[in-house]
Amino acid sequence: MKNSPSNDRRRFLLSIARGIGLSAMGALVWSAYVGEVKAAPLILRPPGALKEDEFIKNCIKCGLCVEACPYDTLKLAKPGDNLPMGTPYFTPRTTPCYMCSDVPCVPVCPSGALNEPSVSSYVKAHAKLDINKARMGLAVIDKESCIATWGIQCDACYRACPLMGQAITIEYSKNERTGKHAFLVPIVHADVCTGCGMCEHACVTQKAAIYVLPRALAMGEAGNHYIKGWDPKDEQRLESVNKEVPHEFTKTKLSEKSALDSLNDESGL
Amino acid sequence: MSLDRREFLKSAAAASAATAVGMAIPASVEAASNQAQAGWRWDKAACRFCGTGCGIMMATKDDRIVAVKGDPLAPVNRGLNCIKGYFNAKIMYGADRLTQPLLRMNDKGQFDKHGKFKPISWERAFDEMEVQIKSALKEKGPTGIAMFSSGQQTILEGNAALKLMKAGFRTNNIDPNARLCMASAVTGFMNVFGADEPSGCYDDIELAETIVAFGSNMAEMHPILWSRVSDRKLSNPDKVQVVVLSTYKHRTMDLADVEIIFKPNTDLAIFNYIAREIVYNHPEAIDWDFVNRYIVFATGPVDIGYGLREDIHHPKYKKSELDTAAKQKSKVLTADEGVSLGYLGYKAGDTLQMKNTETANNHWQITFEEFKKGLAPYTLDYTAHVAKGDPDESIEDFKAKLQKMADLYIEQKRKCLTFWTMGFNQHTRGTWVNEQAYMIHFLLGKQAKPGSGAFSLTGQPSACGTAREVGTFSHRLPADMVVMNPDHRKRAEEIWHIPAGTINPKNGSHFTQIHRDLEDGKVKFAWVSVCNPYQDTGNAEHWIKAAREMDNFIVTSDGYPGISAKVSDLILPSAMMYEKWGAYGNAERRTQHWRQQVTPVGDAMSDTWQFVELSKRFTIKEVWGAQKIPGLEGGLPDVMGAAKAMGYKETDTLYDVLYANTTAKSFKWPDPVGKGYQNSEAEGDKRNVIGSDGKPFKGYGFFLQKYLWEEYRKFGDGHGHDYADFNTYHRVRGLKWPVVDGKETAWRYNAKYDPYAKKANSGPFSFYGHAFKEIPSGNLQGVTDKTKVHLDGKAKIFFRPYMEPTEVPDKNYDIWLCTGRVLEHWHSGTMTMRVPELYRAVPEALCYIHPKDAEKRGVKQGDMVWVESRRGKVKAHVETRGRNRPPRGLVFVPWFDEKVFINKVCLDHTCPISKQIDHKKCAVKIYKA
Amino acid sequence: MKHYKYLLMRRFTQIGILLLYIGANAWGWKILRGDLSASLLMGKVPLADPYAVVQIAVTGATLGMDIILGALIVTLFYGVIGGRAFCSWVCPINMITDTAAWLRRKMRLSEIQKRFYISRSLRYWILGLSLILSAVMGVAAFELISPVSMAHRGAVFGMGMGGGALVVIFLFDLLVHENGWCGYICPLGASYALIGKFSFIRVHHDANKCTDCRDCITVCPEKEVLHMINRSSESVLMGECTNCGRCVDVCKEDALGFSIRSQLKQPKDEE
Repeated sequence: MKNSPSNDRRRFLLSIARGIGLSAMGALVWSAYVGEVKAAPLILRPPGALKEDEFIKNCIKCGLCVEACPYDTLKLAKPGDNLPMGTPYFTPRTTPCYMCSDVPCVPVCPSGALNEPSVSSYVKAHAKLDINKARMGLAVIDKESCIATWGIQCDACYRACPLMGQAITIEYSKNERTGKHAFLVPIVHADVCTGCGMCEHACVTQKAAIYVLPRALAMGEAGNHYIKGWDPKDEQRLESVNKEVPHEFTKTKLSEKSALDSLNDESGL
Repeated sequence: MSLDRREFLKSAAAASAATAVGMAIPASVEAASNQAQAGWRWDKAACRFCGTGCGIMMATKDDRIVAVKGDPLAPVNRGLNCIKGYFNAKIMYGADRLTQPLLRMNDKGQFDKHGKFKPISWERAFDEMEVQIKSALKEKGPTGIAMFSSGQQTILEGNAALKLMKAGFRTNNIDPNARLCMASAVTGFMNVFGADEPSGCYDDIELAETIVAFGSNMAEMHPILWSRVSDRKLSNPDKVQVVVLSTYKHRTMDLADVEIIFKPNTDLAIFNYIAREIVYNHPEAIDWDFVNRYIVFATGPVDIGYGLREDIHHPKYKKSELDTAAKQKSKVLTADEGVSLGYLGYKAGDTLQMKNTETANNHWQITFEEFKKGLAPYTLDYTAHVAKGDPDESIEDFKAKLQKMADLYIEQKRKCLTFWTMGFNQHTRGTWVNEQAYMIHFLLGKQAKPGSGAFSLTGQPSACGTAREVGTFSHRLPADMVVMNPDHRKRAEEIWHIPAGTINPKNGSHFTQIHRDLEDGKVKFAWVSVCNPYQDTGNAEHWIKAAREMDNFIVTSDGYPGISAKVSDLILPSAMMYEKWGAYGNAERRTQHWRQQVTPVGDAMSDTWQFVELSKRFTIKEVWGAQKIPGLEGGLPDVMGAAKAMGYKETDTLYDVLYANTTAKSFKWPDPVGKGYQNSEAEGDKRNVIGSDGKPFKGYGFFLQKYLWEEYRKFGDGHGHDYADFNTYHRVRGLKWPVVDGKETAWRYNAKYDPYAKKANSGPFSFYGHAFKEIPSGNLQGVTDKTKVHLDGKAKIFFRPYMEPTEVPDKNYDIWLCTGRVLEHWHSGTMTMRVPELYRAVPEALCYIHPKDAEKRGVKQGDMVWVESRRGKVKAHVETRGRNRPPRGLVFVPWFDEKVFINKVCLDHTCPISKQIDHKKCAVKIYKA
Repeated sequence: MKHYKYLLMRRFTQIGILLLYIGANAWGWKILRGDLSASLLMGKVPLADPYAVVQIAVTGATLGMDIILGALIVTLFYGVIGGRAFCSWVCPINMITDTAAWLRRKMRLSEIQKRFYISRSLRYWILGLSLILSAVMGVAAFELISPVSMAHRGAVFGMGMGGGALVVIFLFDLLVHENGWCGYICPLGASYALIGKFSFIRVHHDANKCTDCRDCITVCPEKEVLHMINRSSESVLMGECTNCGRCVDVCKEDALGFSIRSQLKQPKDEE
């Protein structure tokens, strides 16, 4: 039996099988870990970052953006941060993005994970970096702990906002309790807010009452089947609908069966 | 668990009823029970910060302030606060609080100007001060010592300091930082009304229809008042119109219906334009009944200099400073000034010799016709040409705005309210522009009436209460009295129970002058109390050098190690606001008292205690003998004889006479008003601090604070400055003086509201102030008849021309610099920069600049630049966005940040009348660092 | 010193490169910015780790031009010239594993420890697996756990808990398996073994000079590649050789030395 060709073949197959078995086991552990860290949704990316799932595919973790950042805002995720390791992020409460006008962190990106066109504006087809187009996240306000909603004259976030009066505006309303003061309450405008986090950094409450969340997390989506009739610009939402219009039919529990089947099913009568 | 429907409806109805009438009774009952359980104590106090004077409640537990709430019963703020007020509980607990006296010493333990600070005992500290003061008195006499006092001292502290300096040491060299803040408002009030402080009150806001913020960024500097203005705007958005004027765009413009960016100093021209519009084009709008009965017209000299040193070649000037310094003596008139000063026969290119620098406040009566003549040049074309501050705005737009502003004043029956702060007061013609504000309101009969008036907002919490009412100025005594006036001195001497002739009749040195005197070696001992004069005064390099390099002795009493402490020779750790009994007076004449809430930290003791302890070191014999005073013929008389006649002994100390006399001792401690509260001065405290005599301090044994108040209020009683008694203020949420028959006064000079005006029996108004009410008469060009006219019960409308500021941008220094504050930080930041939340919110002062100006200099957002003037330079980061948006040609740098020491760059020019420094304009250059 | 020539040169190179990277982040040097995953040389030449780029590619991401170019440059360099030199001349882990191996020899752990079997091909399995996982998970899978990047990024940008991984590798190499990480597990090394298979710079063995002292085998981290020792004069051709030059250093007889690979057929054994 020894060294017979069939044994060789069996040994070979066995070693392949063992390899595959071990691989499968390793893959299980490995993928579980990868899946876990990848699913860190509360991470804020540098300006111009692709959508999170695309970003994480593209980023090569070289840290060039981190080195380009003059404010030490950007950090690379370290082991123990529980974030996708080696990828750049920032924590506005510690150091916000100061929104440099020349956006030094984006052009250095070699992998395209930071997308230059997305932070450029076009003047006569001439691209110019424009940090105001960055969408790093979206500031949201916890109305309960925002002291401006108590009537305190704060609006520290408003004054800290680099796009003051656009990304954050002040809503004035009467304070009926005192009868002679006004509430000056900050309102964030999602269409302008870059998510730089200057507001979160400036917020004077113990834990920031205004804080930046990744846009995917902070925002809902209304769906494209309805357009605001009173807002001509809203039609732009249709542009994002796929070129090819999906000719799908909707299904609810009631319409699961074909019309014919349900008609012929008299059990409910 | 389901609520019965009937029950539900019932409770819902009750709830909505409660909300409708604003009741919160169940909640407060609940709070009261919680309070007892948790072991904390709530007591009322005033906010530490600006002149708004918000009421707060403080919770203390285990001898520490644990929380603050806005006082819902406080009429000013009704329970609200701004973010500085929000952090009142944290301001006393910075990690680097000063806790023990520190002296610069050599290795042998002797005082050494070049030594390092080392801890010493209180006894040693007072020993050192005693030696230094005695040597200064010996060498220079009473004028050799000085005190930088403050609009943040409590009223009681201010009073203790004033007595020590004016009654004890017989020097008038005590001047508050309010000189840098309110002095122009004061001289404005004095010249116009003959008495200090506003006629109206905050309740005007809820009634006004035109609200003008001119040279005031209320949104950041008086946020609670601004929220009242905002509420007023919301209540009737079309009718209520808000006009905001500034040399740069700031947050207050958010709410503005008309926003005007003007060139520095042209506020003078804008007011004259409005007056011209009234007098020439809308004479029907003039309230002639009022004007004829209560107004005289007046004017004064224009060749008054810029409050710089008289010696324009002063050896301490750097070469680069000389061209600006020379303006004190003469200046060449520009084309614009050629027009505005044409009535004096000047034209562009003429040299104006400054002959009235010492007599800048001389003024005389003129006729209405003369007044009208003076206004003639201020046409819309001229004014717009002179005043347009934003080069990118069209002149037509600017004219339309000026016109609209004039209309909003002139429209009949429209109630108008004009607010201002540092924009007017820190101004080389600050007195003038203050007077001009009243000019408009008087012409239209819109002053001292509910909803109408020109209203000066104060910057500091007790600029009114302490600096102005107590009179901790170099020329003042309490209740609007002055040292030059023998009757006033006499009254003060009587109330203080000191010999006639004790008080020095010669004005002392004002705040900036004390700095200059130190630099000239005239002042040898200076005491800094509750202020930061080495950070807050322009041209700071001179003053710091004088403190550090000259033979003098600087003492700073402070809670934290600021710049002034750093340049001192001796540092005394001070109890901070809620660690002592005190009182503040806000901008609407509201006096608010509070009790000591907690024991001071470390060995810190109140400034009052420090003054009183020092007074023990001087017998009256040492200070009340004959004294030489430079410029005062014969000097001060020896009053020891008189003193003995009054029963004093030679060995009596100033302590025995000024603070621990028989009257003082009649105020017993304990007192029911202090039940449950401590009084470190009266009874010592648990720390048993080793005091000035080397023994544990066990207290004075009497109610010092109550004595200081009750004695002080005698000055105003029956003189239009009446206060309530000490105990009353511990029951109520402050009272607006004059408090007559237990009732406060909302609108002064108006017989309907002010018992003094009613008593005058001169119709609906009486401007009963006494200052400057005897003046000669003449025409626009000068006095023609020296006979003094008496103006009893009348106020003045001044004609004041437009003049350019001292320093204007030129080729080398090509851009204006304006300084100011930010909402997050208070003054020099010693307190707020130590509150972590506020520090994080605004960690550094930025250089706000127009993006095109930045681009022109090759710098961009976030770059570090040098801001350099003829006097010095600082580095700051560029900000082209955000809260302040200067027009091209101007930069704004706040002054709170000791790391961005902008007062090294600023100029120490002052209004020649008020002596208030102008930090709002000088010429600088900006370049990349 | 002769016996440490290449070791010293390698340490110099490794530390020098690391220093350039650290300097770029800490002091703004412009020579070599980024890290071993991707960098910018002299502000112009892009460099990228080919293995990382392939992982990214299989996730389905659109690759940036710079990293494609960078990966090509690197591949070309090691493929044509350096061989698997990355592992011994650049990779910072090498210093850790070398230390572990040296200690292990000093403490004679291999002699007292029963060697357990790990296949040298394990790393290729891991390499393959990483690509499959990258494709499936949509993220460069090895890059998320790579101790090599961890160590290097750690040195440049801050270590965090990454130090732990380095300790584990050190202890694994010291106590569990000689040259365990670099010789058996690391897929990055495996990728360079594949890239460097045909490179020009090779260690050449002269069997005529060989005394069969086996010092070279002792120090070699990839012992299989020296299968020809004392048998035949030929070049070390297996891609797994890291061109570390330790064998050259320790060979007292000059039987080993670097040479340029001859495209001609190897001289055959002269037995």
